[in-house]
Amino acid sequence: MLDQSYYQKADEIIASHGRKSSSLIPIMQDIQEEYRYLPGELLTYVAGQIGVTEAKAYSVATFYENFSFEAKGKYVIKVCDGTACHVRKSMPVLDAINKKLGLSKNRKTTSDMLFTVETVSCLGACGLAPTMMVNDEVYPRMTPEAAEALIDRLKGGEGA
Amino acid sequence: MGFMTIDGRKVEFTDEKNVLSVIRKAGINIPTLCYHSEVSTFGACRLCTVEDDRGRTFASCSEEPRDGMVIYTNSGKVKKYRKLIVELLLAAHCRDCTTCVKSGECNLQLLAHRMGILDVRFENTREHHEIDDSSPAIIRDPNKCILCGDCVRACEELQGIGALGFAFRGTDAMVMPAFNKKIVETNCVGCGQCRVFCPTGAISIRTNMEEVWDALADPDVRVIAQVAPAVRVAVGDAYGLTKGRSVMGKIVNVLHRMGFDEVYDTTFGADLTVMEESAEFLNRLQSGRKFPLLTSCCPAWVKFVCDQYPEFKQNLSTCRSPQGMMSAVTKEWYRDPKHSDGKRTVMVSFMPCTAKKMEIRRPNSFTKGEQDTDFVITTTELIRMINNSGIDFAALEPESSDVPFGFGSGGGVLFGVTGGVTEAVLRRLIPEHNKAALEAIAECGVRGDEPIKEFTINYEGNDVNICVVSGLANARRVMERVKNGEANYHLIEVMACRRGCIMGGGQPPRAGDRTKAARARGIYSADNMSIIKKPDENPMLQSLYEGFLKGKTHELLHNESY
Repeated sequence: MLDQSYYQKADEIIASHGRKSSSLIPIMQDIQEEYRYLPGELLTYVAGQIGVTEAKAYSVATFYENFSFEAKGKYVIKVCDGTACHVRKSMPVLDAINKKLGLSKNRKTTSDMLFTVETVSCLGACGLAPTMMVNDEVYPRMTPEAAEALIDRLKGGEGA
Repeated sequence: MGFMTIDGRKVEFTDEKNVLSVIRKAGINIPTLCYHSEVSTFGACRLCTVEDDRGRTFASCSEEPRDGMVIYTNSGKVKKYRKLIVELLLAAHCRDCTTCVKSGECNLQLLAHRMGILDVRFENTREHHEIDDSSPAIIRDPNKCILCGDCVRACEELQGIGALGFAFRGTDAMVMPAFNKKIVETNCVGCGQCRVFCPTGAISIRTNMEEVWDALADPDVRVIAQVAPAVRVAVGDAYGLTKGRSVMGKIVNVLHRMGFDEVYDTTFGADLTVMEESAEFLNRLQSGRKFPLLTSCCPAWVKFVCDQYPEFKQNLSTCRSPQGMMSAVTKEWYRDPKHSDGKRTVMVSFMPCTAKKMEIRRPNSFTKGEQDTDFVITTTELIRMINNSGIDFAALEPESSDVPFGFGSGGGVLFGVTGGVTEAVLRRLIPEHNKAALEAIAECGVRGDEPIKEFTINYEGNDVNICVVSGLANARRVMERVKNGEANYHLIEVMACRRGCIMGGGQPPRAGDRTKAARARGIYSADNMSIIKKPDENPMLQSLYEGFLKGKTHELLHNESY
């Protein structure tokens, strides 16, 4: 069961976008922004409030890679694996990060809820390949060593 | 308006909404897996692809007819294209046809056969997914799903429920309830329309045939059948008999041959419902109690009200459904040692409906702690049971059903079609019983297959506003208006399935427009053939009320609560 405060927050977000079915995506985005994930109970709640079926809301939420039903870490690391980054060796960067954090394809968030590692298809910064993002900040021309150093800095609480 | 050339022949079109309809009108059965005229056009399967005179290919379901169009429905290019589509579908599909419940009725199987696909070149890489058999009404097998979305659109657009949706995307895409919940945990009402629309075995009826065969084989059990009105107008079709013609007599015969001890008629239960429901209606009218009165015969509708409009639960008629009354009365009758003969009674009800399988498990479908109806067998299952027994159904002589509960009035038969409950209740309420009075009722607006029918009749100086609805999405429209005070009705009859039980979720699938019309005609003609039209004039009913039912009507015929 989610705390009542979640529903109050959802009500605020719904009010800011309007109680209509077309607000579904912006509402889900704001909830995810707030909690760093989309709690399933809130999806059901929002669907009921704006008059779309639960199945339809679930359909939209699972269609977009961006929405996650699982709580994400404080730092969400997105390693680009678009064509340009891939040929500039983005996979060794990903492997190094995963190895350092003890994560894998099926385990994406560290147990201390500090890091979530994902791949994305293109960050639109191909000239800086290989790139990655930590939360909202872009890190260009990554190497496995640079990525490891960055993680150490983040762990040390220096911020992204 | 205009002309187009289809495969070298000039074809006129008028108001057809797409090229596909014009092609079908021209007598060419172009294949489709995702097209149904009753729900929105989806354009997913691409099987209806045709080629025009410039070599362009397009899906004919999603193209408006234009004057002067020249199209080819069977060019080498489209044939190759179509065959590839089916082959690709089969590549990711469970191919255990011999053991599939849908075998012989499966659209995909039929198309594969029609296109001469004897080998699939591609490797099947699809993972196995768990089968959901949590619902008493339907079974969902994702391994047989081809993602046509027919069930999704039927559930959302026709029924306004939306229990199913697409989830994920690309090669991971699946049809499922939100969060892949079990069907039983969703707001599914069990109407079975998804199963009617499903072209494959991905959604099928939860069958109970084996349990019934077991009961029939047990010498210590008296097995009793009741047969609903809509069943008798749908079975004949499967045996090449006239579409929509009632074959009740043959059904009675075949059930006797299968070993049923007694075969009763649910129209008797319907007559009881009419008596009780009209009394309830008059009682509300006289005591000024809350209106509208909502009918309670359709279990999918009852669940819909309980789930979505709980504030209207008190408006639901307290009457049990005809099936419920029939079983409760029958079971009570055989509780008497005089009748029981030392045998245990098993009540099997033959219904056009999957939701009835849910109804019999509701707490209010029990009397004296005992489940009133033991098993519900849908029309589709009845046909399978007949086939299983090997009896030549078409050649059977008709037989009459058994006493004391084997006779219903014409009004009772009408329950099979939308408006039927209301028409039967009106027959009971209106004191005259001459031909002119019956005709006046038939013509008051109660008949016809429009989704929402509204009319007003005069009853003893009062105007009585009635609304007759079929299809739950339409019911929602009506209930919203009632809720907002925009409409005032005294009686709302709702059947969850469009056109009523004749098009129920347990009926043989793939009924076209002609079959739909024929089934409705069949119901009305069965009524025409009845000597007794008014439920209250059913002599068996009268003697029951005067004797056996005295002091028991509340216990056997009504629900305490919902």
